[in-house]
Amino acid sequence: MNMIEIKNLIKTYDNRRVLDDINLSIKQGETMVIMGGSGCGKSTLLRHIISLARPDSGQILIKGQDITVMNEARLVEVRKRFGMLFQSGALLNSLTVGENVALPLVEHTKLDRKIISIIVKMKLELVGLTGFENLMPSQLSGGMKKRVGLARAIAMDPELVFYDEPGAGLDPITTAVVDKLIMDLTKKLGITSIVVTHEMKSAFRIADRIAVLYKGKVVDIGTPEYIRNSKHPYVNQFINGAPDGPEPLRRSKDDYLSRLTSFDED
Amino acid sequence: MTWQNNSFGSAIKKLSEVVNSTLYHVTSFALLNWQVIKLMSIGLVKPGKIFKRRHIFEQMFLMGVQSIPIVAVTSLFLGMTLAMLTTYTLADFGAEVWVAGLVGVGFTRELGPLITAIVVAGRVGASISAELGTMTVSEEIDALDTMGINPVRYLVLPRFIALLIMMPCLAILSDYLGIIGGYLISAMKLDMSFAYYKDLTIEALKLKDVFTGLIKSVSFAVIISMIGCYQGLIVSGGAEGVGQGTTKSVVNSLIFVIAADSFFTALFTYVIV
Ligand SMILES: Nc1ncnc2c1ncn2[C@@H]1O[C@H](COP(=O)(O)OP(=O)(O)OP(=O)(O)O)[C@@H](O)[C@H]1O
Ligand SMILES: [Mg+2]
Repeated sequence: MNMIEIKNLIKTYDNRRVLDDINLSIKQGETMVIMGGSGCGKSTLLRHIISLARPDSGQILIKGQDITVMNEARLVEVRKRFGMLFQSGALLNSLTVGENVALPLVEHTKLDRKIISIIVKMKLELVGLTGFENLMPSQLSGGMKKRVGLARAIAMDPELVFYDEPGAGLDPITTAVVDKLIMDLTKKLGITSIVVTHEMKSAFRIADRIAVLYKGKVVDIGTPEYIRNSKHPYVNQFINGAPDGPEPLRRSKDDYLSRLTSFDED
Repeated sequence: MTWQNNSFGSAIKKLSEVVNSTLYHVTSFALLNWQVIKLMSIGLVKPGKIFKRRHIFEQMFLMGVQSIPIVAVTSLFLGMTLAMLTTYTLADFGAEVWVAGLVGVGFTRELGPLITAIVVAGRVGASISAELGTMTVSEEIDALDTMGINPVRYLVLPRFIALLIMMPCLAILSDYLGIIGGYLISAMKLDMSFAYYKDLTIEALKLKDVFTGLIKSVSFAVIISMIGCYQGLIVSGGAEGVGQGTTKSVVNSLIFVIAADSFFTALFTYVIV
């Protein structure tokens, strides 16, 4: 059975179709990388899969259950099996690093304080931040915050982890460490991962399959090998980083002039 | 499309936007209140799951204990001002002994709860919406949601309960200091002894006056904490949005506090006599 199945997902913000009829299925235990240009709807897609936003139409099935029609109580149960790494880490600034990682455990389990503190230490060690429990998030660098966010995301041993740009703002070595971590989690623990990223190198390194998003649509999907040799012009432009292609750098001269001199009338 | 270009059309369009956004805010504010009511009633059955004692105490300290100095100082000055004003007016009738009663009743029924609410709206209401607003823009609220932690339970409820408890306490403090302010003026201008002033005050006060004031202050606590939380949770658009939300929270709280004050005064003066 597919872990996640997205069917005909549509979302419109202020008359702009941000997600335009998305169909995507993600298998149990695979690492799916979602790529695409800035503003193409990657974060929005992720927000829908974790039901932070409700679609205009379409279905999102997680293990066969449609989360778009679930009530809050059942969503909580589903979300306990998720982990999510936010683009900025999204640590609670009023709590220490240790308390942040412990938060889901404190809220959802009846585990003893001592056991929780051991789990916290283990998770922090996994992300290379042993001994940082008592620091406040404001005392950390951006990359460290992200790693704490990752430790928190995996605190409850989730079956499904979402990563929004795990590599952004990290140095190449830390990126490689985080990539390795994602791969380890997926392979060793059988976690299903969905990774949004711009970084071509890590995408090809960690992905089982890659989906390329363009203007709210999935334009191509397949193994890294397949995507690398994709015939789709946009995918081609994207992975080669070419300034000109289907997504034009600048339209024709006349078009450019008319855009400059046009006034918004409404 | 032409009708949209004339001013009548655009006025209609503006009006409908205002009506729409007002309706939107009224319903979503009602929804937030409904969630709090629901959680409170679940909490009556299983308190351990809903109420986190540590968070409530933390907020009680931040909101209540730390507001003591400013509430005390403003109440003392207001009490003195009220006493000066009344001695000045009552002197014409040779009725200065009424100062004690006036300050006592005025503070317990009206000014104590009101000045407390105004100070707290500025200090606590603003900080609630600034804090929750910052959490909203930095995705912390989203993070709570994805962890399956209800942000209303985790963030709104402790603030709501803490203020509900602390506000009447602060109002009582304000009552005392207002009365002391009145005494200071009476002692200086009218040579009243403390014992005499105290007797006059107690003679004039009814228990009902005190309760009236406390009921008011509870309602002010609800207004300030709920508006503060709501304005924080709906923030969008970065630091600028946080600033705007904070301003709105203080302005709206003040309007509703004063309106509620007037409502309760009418209620206790004309209806429940
Ligand atoms: N709440 C919202 N209200 C209005 N528009 C929105 C909202 N959320 C997203 N959008 C719009 O949807 C589009 C896609 O945004 P999204 O954040 O999904 O992009 P992205 O692919 O994650 O980009 P990036 O790589 O820069 O993070 C953008 O044009 C954005 O303006
Ligand atoms: Mg994004």
